[in-house]
Amino acid sequence: MSPTATQLGRNPVPADAAIEVRDLVKAFYDAGGDRITLATTGVNFSVKRGEFVCIVGPSGCGKTTVLRILAGLETLLSGEVRIESATPPAMVFQEASVLPWLTVSQNVAFPLSLKGVSRQKQRERVGELLALTGLTEFADAYPHQLSGGMKQRVSVARALVDDRDVLLMDEPFGALDEQTRLTLQQELLGIWERTGKTVVFITHSVDEALTLADRVLVMSPRPGTIVADLAVPFERPRDVVEMRRDKRFWDLTYEVWRLLAASPEH
Amino acid sequence: MTTPHPSLSAAEIERLKAPARRDNIYRILSYFSPLLLLLLWEIAAQAGAIDRRFFPPPSAIAGTAWQMIVSLELFEHIGATLRRVWIGYAIGAVPGVLLGLVLGLSAPLRRVFGPIFAALYPVPKIAILPLILLIFGVGDASKFVVIAIGVFFLMFYNTLGGVMQIPQIYLDVARNAGATRFQTFRRIALPSALPSIFTGLKVAAGSSYIIIAAAEFLGARSGVGFFIWASWQTFAVSRMFVGIVVISAMGYFTILLLEALERRFVPWAKH
Repeated sequence: MSPTATQLGRNPVPADAAIEVRDLVKAFYDAGGDRITLATTGVNFSVKRGEFVCIVGPSGCGKTTVLRILAGLETLLSGEVRIESATPPAMVFQEASVLPWLTVSQNVAFPLSLKGVSRQKQRERVGELLALTGLTEFADAYPHQLSGGMKQRVSVARALVDDRDVLLMDEPFGALDEQTRLTLQQELLGIWERTGKTVVFITHSVDEALTLADRVLVMSPRPGTIVADLAVPFERPRDVVEMRRDKRFWDLTYEVWRLLAASPEH
Repeated sequence: MTTPHPSLSAAEIERLKAPARRDNIYRILSYFSPLLLLLLWEIAAQAGAIDRRFFPPPSAIAGTAWQMIVSLELFEHIGATLRRVWIGYAIGAVPGVLLGLVLGLSAPLRRVFGPIFAALYPVPKIAILPLILLIFGVGDASKFVVIAIGVFFLMFYNTLGGVMQIPQIYLDVARNAGATRFQTFRRIALPSALPSIFTGLKVAAGSSYIIIAAAEFLGARSGVGFFIWASWQTFAVSRMFVGIVVISAMGYFTILLLEALERRFVPWAKH
């Protein structure tokens, strides 16, 4: 019997799982130094349909690698990744991933235009998403005319445009100032509540994870593995400012920090 | 803003505007500074301070140019040179850009076939001109070929460089959005490389005029290069200068045209 099958036998898969990750191992080979680096080892988790899960961990722990494997942008070395969805996951990237030669509405329409959706349908759908993300008046602007927050709104709109079930977000608000970030978090929560997407959101900010997620997965430093799986009990819809008056928010913050601090450095 | 700020005095506003105003004056003067050189040349030639046989005064050159314009002789040469340059340029640029895109996107193809281009690129185009004349004859075909070869390598390397500088994230975006290989090529690689392609087009235009001048010196019966060379043989120095000015102006206007196209097709880049 293969190790994967054994592991699956011990951890029964929830029936309503949208994402299943079992014993995921990823390594990189550096030909120059003839060295192998283990990025992640034995990563196990599952995400329910419609759930919002955040993965927090120190930089270099392999959390982005896990997300890129889920997105099919990288291959795994061993283990199993299953995505129970009719559509491939959509990704919102870390840095400015907005294409500079396209206007805001062309960027949002990009996935639709690749699939040959009619111009009329594209225009309608893009109009909806520009309204949803507050970009309507910037429809014809080029990315270099936009602020960082606006660019990330474009990325979010583009990931939502062809209505895929799973949304993978790789530190999308990491480069923004704190105030903009809070605004975008509130907007994202609103969008998620309306669309019911399954979301996996990577962040290095404990605060951001607790603000957004139903569950927070804590990763150890490299080679990364999941060291804790915490439920975040706040009721929905959430108010990102009001939450901070809740004592449980700070108790959980302390809890996650304790887990991060306890993970040994390698 | 033309309305004065209420809390600033007129003198303060003047002081704020002074540097911009000075910049304007310098810019206007900069348009005229080349004329100063011509004026000095004219005076020196008229006064006999420089040898008129080698440096006829600009007024004499202008007179010669006027005669050549009136007789339409100048336009025949300009037409012949332009036709050779643009046909050769197109023959070289299109495959240069396409191969640059393909090899830029595919690491295996680049590794395997890259050395071929690297080995051929340093061969001076003028050095192979006699060989090309031998193969293609003294007609226009040999001019097209020598320009195409020069342009091809410049376009190939500029496009390749542009594609290789594409941020990985754009390729990831395309892949996540479900782009096919051809869509990645057409929708990501080509637009990302466009600024480099335009740099290549400008460099290649400049070098096309260098190559065509040399090619027309050696084997042509028409064109601005031929006309410069023929003037040397008859010691018609004024005509020679007309040729030099004309071919320089052709290069200059070609670059201006390409820059206008660049502003039109690369509206996202800062100019």
